[in-house]
Amino acid sequence: MSVIEARALVKSYGELNAVDGIDFDVAPGESFGLLGPNGAGKSTTMRMIGGTSLRTSGTLTVLGLDPETHGPEVRANLGVVPQQDNLDTELRCRENLITYGRYFGLPRSYLRGRADDLLAFAQLTDKADEKVDNLSGGMKRRLTIARGLINEPRILLLDEPTTGLDPQARHILWDRLFRLKEEGVTLVVTTHFMDEAEQLCDRLVVMDHGKIVAEGSPAQLIRRYSTREVLEVRFGSDRNAAVVAQLDGVAERIEVLPDRVLLYSADGEATLEQVTSRGLQPITSLVRRSSLEDVFLRLTGRSLID
Amino acid sequence: MTDRAPELLDSNRLAYAGGALPAASQARIGRRWGWWLYAEYRLTSMRAYLPTILIRSIGLPLLYLSSMGLGLGALVDSGAGRVEGVSYLVFVGPALLVSSIVMESSGEFTYPVMSGFKWQRHYFAASASPITPGQVAVGEIVAVGLRFIPEALLFWLALVWFGGVTAPASVLMVLIAPLAALAFGAPLMAFAATQTDEGSQFAFIQRFVVMPMFLFAGTFFPLSAMPTYLQWIGWISPMWHGTQLARVVGFGMTNPWWLTWLHLLVLVVAAGGGIVASARLFERRLTR
Amino acid sequence: MSAPASRTLSGLYAGNVRAVLERGFKVIGNQNWTIVVSGFFEPVFYLLAMGYGLGGLVGTVTGPGGAEMSYVAFIAPALLATSAMNGAIYDSTWNVFFKMRFGRIYEAMLSTSLGPLDVAAGEIAMALFRGLLYACAFLGVMGVLGIATSWWALAMVPVAVLIALGFAAVGMAVTSWFTTFQQMDLINIVLLPMFLFSATLFPIGVYPQAVQWFIQALPLWHGVELMRQLSIGAFTDATWLHLGYFVVMSVAGVAFCTLRLRALFLR
Repeated sequence: MSVIEARALVKSYGELNAVDGIDFDVAPGESFGLLGPNGAGKSTTMRMIGGTSLRTSGTLTVLGLDPETHGPEVRANLGVVPQQDNLDTELRCRENLITYGRYFGLPRSYLRGRADDLLAFAQLTDKADEKVDNLSGGMKRRLTIARGLINEPRILLLDEPTTGLDPQARHILWDRLFRLKEEGVTLVVTTHFMDEAEQLCDRLVVMDHGKIVAEGSPAQLIRRYSTREVLEVRFGSDRNAAVVAQLDGVAERIEVLPDRVLLYSADGEATLEQVTSRGLQPITSLVRRSSLEDVFLRLTGRSLID
Repeated sequence: MTDRAPELLDSNRLAYAGGALPAASQARIGRRWGWWLYAEYRLTSMRAYLPTILIRSIGLPLLYLSSMGLGLGALVDSGAGRVEGVSYLVFVGPALLVSSIVMESSGEFTYPVMSGFKWQRHYFAASASPITPGQVAVGEIVAVGLRFIPEALLFWLALVWFGGVTAPASVLMVLIAPLAALAFGAPLMAFAATQTDEGSQFAFIQRFVVMPMFLFAGTFFPLSAMPTYLQWIGWISPMWHGTQLARVVGFGMTNPWWLTWLHLLVLVVAAGGGIVASARLFERRLTR
Repeated sequence: MSAPASRTLSGLYAGNVRAVLERGFKVIGNQNWTIVVSGFFEPVFYLLAMGYGLGGLVGTVTGPGGAEMSYVAFIAPALLATSAMNGAIYDSTWNVFFKMRFGRIYEAMLSTSLGPLDVAAGEIAMALFRGLLYACAFLGVMGVLGIATSWWALAMVPVAVLIALGFAAVGMAVTSWFTTFQQMDLINIVLLPMFLFSATLFPIGVYPQAVQWFIQALPLWHGVELMRQLSIGAFTDATWLHLGYFVVMSVAGVAFCTLRLRALFLR
């Protein structure tokens, strides 16, 4: 049985369909991803799951309940980590956790111990009495995640958990989320980073313009929509488009981006040899494995991060 | 607890440590007491400003009463003599109490509301819990209203000390002032909930609504001292209805019984209407 | 100027206050003019409400040199002095504090060839310009109401600018020590009592002698007295003292502010 079930889910703002008829299921204990560029409808979907955005049409159940009519019941089972941190900057770290726990009607006696455990989990024990303003971006994010766990939720919703963080802070955060996943917490993650989706998600849907354009595990999606390897070549900004005509047939598929040309094939090195054998000398060349970025480019014709 | 090293923490039992109330109980508590849970949070977070609030609520009565009550009072008493049959201090004291609390509400129900929706976004944080948006609105109003009670009490004590009131019934001002503050502040909060851009709208309200209300709506002189065509300013001002009630309990100002009840009715209706409108608008904005 | 003093100033001033002023006028032109205009109404509301509403209860008041004056004529000059103070203080404290900590406007300005002194002088000049406008408008209101009875009343405009300069310079220097909102609140805690007690709305004779001395040491009292004398053209021996107070306050304030510029802008 699914913990979240969406059928023909639509959310319109006037003329615009932010979410345009999507269907998906999230299984218990699964780590489920919504991947797409900004404005694809991911955050709106997340807010509908928590009943904090009213849907225009379609059905949605969370743990068998409609979040619109059973908001408090649904949210008692959810931990929410919003895209924009909304920690209380006038309170200290531990106070943030305890006061937030009071929203769930939890007794202070329980919350004091729970807050300490969660601070340890978020690696913020020594920051317990620090003002939130003095934390780094990564620490604030971990504190927000700890806050989302205060009520022992069955489902944790994470909206763009690592956007704006430096690489090291992202890895620390992923490690924490991985532990939750191992514990069997159902994670629902939105992201526009393919590496994050590959790291965290068992299964994901790719969203664009409010619609789901593909669904599967990261490996499945790459197999289905891309080749094993990609050759990236640059000929200089003004020449990339001009040389494409001469590249006909060297790869399964060719994508011309403003700054480079992507050649999709099973063997990138072999493709590079073919390119140079046609008398073309790229300024730079790089062979790499296909990623979800390539899947997205294939599905939408656009790059994931503008 | 904090001396435990993170690696020794049993992370396998972190998510479902099993110590929390069952989700169903959390939801049940939220449905009934969500408004209070939010008010409790707001009262907690106000502790950060406790020194400022204390200085203000002790200092302001002393300043107002020694300047407007004594200084200006000496001038009026040597001019007109008595106002409404009493000395100027007795006349102006209850009004200063009510108007200072009402003026404070104009700050408390504007910028913090903008902050809750936009800057700090704590309304969104709360509505991700079992608390509903309407309960957030009610909780906010309850918290601020409760805070005004001790502030009004401090003012009343100063008033007693200055000899501005003698009747025991005057202690009712401690409730009249917060009620008047909500009658003005709750509708203002409903307006603030509709504002998405930080412009000069609140400064405008301060200058063109709050200030004129303080100056023209019967705080410093009876409405009857103004031309008839300006007296409507008092009738539409919660502040005036509040100050008139405070004068009735403060020095037994002669007022027709129906008018006294009308003052009370106006305040209750405005406060109630503001609360309902705020709850609706919060609902709309937080579930968009 | 001695060598050490010029070293103190070097790097602070680029001689380009104009650029700061141009930005200031552009901002007013874009959106803030409504707020600028609205600032004029506050003293007028006070004048009408207290002067006429309360004036009926008060009757006449003894003004400078023993002259009997109507209550509205008594408070009008005081309200002009107060509004010069409030405007200047707002512009040099809260405005500077916000632009520094939240708008980060100075950060951008100071990363150009502008120096802190250009920025400070520009902000103060903007404050004085605003004060000048308000003073002219308020004097116009007094003229219409028939409570500016002497040609000396015209001198209230430059004096209002002088009062504004004194408060703006001191206010900006003081802001250099403030880092939090709570500290900024101290400014209001000083201003409100100064307004209430500086013989603005009533003579201070009712207070004990010691309290009177304290009030007379505060700047607003001198501003109020000076304005009141100008409004009816009745001067006393203390007139020069009041004027001198503000000249000294302005000179000292500007010097003080210059010394604190590094602490204010380059932190």
